[in-house]
Amino acid sequence: MQIACKIRRQAIGADQTTVAPSFRHLLGIESLTTGQISFLLEQSKIFQAIQRNPLKKLATLRGKTVALAFFEPSTRTRISFATACARLGADTMLLQADASSLKKGESLLDTVLTLEAMKPDAIIMRHASSGAADFAAARLDVPVINAGDGTHEHPTQALLDALTILDRKGAIENLNVTIVGDIAHSRVARSNIHLLSRFGCRITLCGPGMWVPRELESLAPGIRRVARIEDALQDADVVMALRVQQERMNEPALAAEEYILLYQLTPERLRMARPDAIVLHPGPMNRGLEIDDAVADGPQSCILEQVTNGLAVRMALLFHLVGGPNATQSGAPQTGEGPNAAD
Amino acid sequence: MLLIKNGRVVDPASGTDSILDVLIDGDRIVSTGAKLEASKKQTSPVEVIDATGWTVAPGFIDLHCHLREPGQEISETIETGTRAAARGGFTAVCAMPNTQPVNDNAAVTRSIVDRAARSASVRVWPVGAASLGSRGESLAEIGAMRDAGIVAVSDDGKPIANARLLRQIMEYCAGLNLPVMEHCEDASLFAGGVMREGPRSVRLGLRGIPAESESICAGRDVEMAGLTGARLHVCHLSAGRTLDHVRAAKKSGLPVTCEVTPHHFTLTDEDVSYNTRFKMNPPLGSRDDREALLAGLADGAVDAIATDHAPHHPASKEVEFDRAPFGVTGFETALALAIDELFHTGRLSLPRLVELFTTGPGRVLGVEDNRRLVEGGLADLTLFSLDSPWTFRAAESASRSRNSPFDGRQFRGAPMATIVAGRIAWRRS
Repeated sequence: MQIACKIRRQAIGADQTTVAPSFRHLLGIESLTTGQISFLLEQSKIFQAIQRNPLKKLATLRGKTVALAFFEPSTRTRISFATACARLGADTMLLQADASSLKKGESLLDTVLTLEAMKPDAIIMRHASSGAADFAAARLDVPVINAGDGTHEHPTQALLDALTILDRKGAIENLNVTIVGDIAHSRVARSNIHLLSRFGCRITLCGPGMWVPRELESLAPGIRRVARIEDALQDADVVMALRVQQERMNEPALAAEEYILLYQLTPERLRMARPDAIVLHPGPMNRGLEIDDAVADGPQSCILEQVTNGLAVRMALLFHLVGGPNATQSGAPQTGEGPNAAD
Repeated sequence: MLLIKNGRVVDPASGTDSILDVLIDGDRIVSTGAKLEASKKQTSPVEVIDATGWTVAPGFIDLHCHLREPGQEISETIETGTRAAARGGFTAVCAMPNTQPVNDNAAVTRSIVDRAARSASVRVWPVGAASLGSRGESLAEIGAMRDAGIVAVSDDGKPIANARLLRQIMEYCAGLNLPVMEHCEDASLFAGGVMREGPRSVRLGLRGIPAESESICAGRDVEMAGLTGARLHVCHLSAGRTLDHVRAAKKSGLPVTCEVTPHHFTLTDEDVSYNTRFKMNPPLGSRDDREALLAGLADGAVDAIATDHAPHHPASKEVEFDRAPFGVTGFETALALAIDELFHTGRLSLPRLVELFTTGPGRVLGVEDNRRLVEGGLADLTLFSLDSPWTFRAAESASRSRNSPFDGRQFRGAPMATIVAGRIAWRRS
């Protein structure tokens, strides 16, 4: 009860130092201001505390409904969002690629219009096409949260990564961040590049040449490409290993042995980084491919913290978009109003 | 009879550029000159168009469009497409063969010609498929289609990928004196791309198509033109590197020509977001590519402006960017874009602009001599204004489709009237 009260106060009152952001949708990090990112991270800290409580469920969003529209299979992100909704007291409705009418040839537009007609308070969307969340947001009144669109953005992943870095490093400003893997096809990498470069991080991209095209340098200031992983890890504060997609359409394959030989994150290679460097991975991991067991399970690994922080970030975001002051614009009754305790 | 008074007559073929009246009887121009009057003995009524302040040009030719009939009438028909063409100032349009069925035999060609005779507002010149079904495996019935009325061959929508088949088609067409219109693209480099590869595609996470997909194919095609002696026409050229190949070919005396679309000389890949009205193939190029195209339009390396009018019914474009079909409509905005982007910017003279719509495409097809604006000439005329502000609204288009990237754009230049065979096919109201 007390925790819930505190959350209400802090969240609504907001941190005086951050600008209260106003955005209806979360489509990507690129379209957020630095103030909005800082605000979401500050808010996430409040919800981090709840993950440590024996009773984790609030009723802040009781009476609200959140649609989970997963047009592309996903386990981790879907469960994380569903759990975040549950812990805020919101009901969820789930659309999954296999079970939906997608296979019957219904268009994306018709599907999201149908979802909207069921009057959810937000739609969380995962889709294999870049720009799919933008497409939906442009045509719907309900807030849209991008849970990953093609090879474009995965904003909540970047926020949870930033929260993890913030925890371990105390700040996200001016760090050396090295991202290793298939950057070209990674929405995680794009969102992280947009976010971390905003805070002055120097970002080093490393991977096989065809996965690290030179155009990536134009995404933000302070980006460089380094071919050898040993060079790329030099002085790194944060090391991010990306999942290697074993099968990629229209793309000639690279033998796994080649990748392991040249780019696997091993304890020996990690020694090139700063001694206090942390290791992140968006999951799910291919152990023994992009990351060695000893690194994945080692003291520098924050991989499980990332998962926990994902809940905090998503709760903060839902609180803001569905239960926060922004949500009142729609005129929806504030059934979640008041300091409601967990049940 | 039709008397067009007081317009600025610009005909690059005859070197005309002066204020003249044009008198038309039947489908022919009977005289041009200052202060013409219809003959006193004339008994039939004379319709007069006051063209004061306007330009009067030979009838515009569009080398490249998709009328979707037969088979895809939900997107366009010969009737609606040519009505849109007339509103854009075009008097003749080349209809690409990727209909359903593909125009790869004389029966389909004749059916298009017959349908056009019944319902078209402007001349429809069919382009025949180069290979059967445009599948790139064996020659289409090119000779029979020529007798039925095709003006060129093309497998547009895709290239003739097999070099040996391309050689055979070119050698055959050299003998028939038909141009081969190539959609230059390397399929393996294209690789499922949806926009031009570059900083913008990487930012949007959209699969990129490198400019070299076009230029590498164009380089091969130019080599093949040298080997076979065929007339090669490079369709919808979008990359500066492709234009380099065309320039080199022209310099060495090969019969190689090319066209550029209004969207490629107006927009760049930086204009692409996730709006499918900006998705076409070839995709919008870089800023440098656009500059190269503008230079080529000015200095003569580019022969024609062609629309690549590619209508798609609205529902098919109202989808995820990577799932949308390629193509934009273009008839009604082509001339206005040329006036605003090429003439008013000072890049092109008025005669050069007119050439790109008339004698330029006429030479590609070998019909330029029949289309001069002279006494006894064919009365196909395009009347336009350099300064009549208007706004294009896709919803009000004559086309059945709405997929224009220029919806809502304000223009200074405007088509004013289109005259086909002495008849007013369209007039701005």
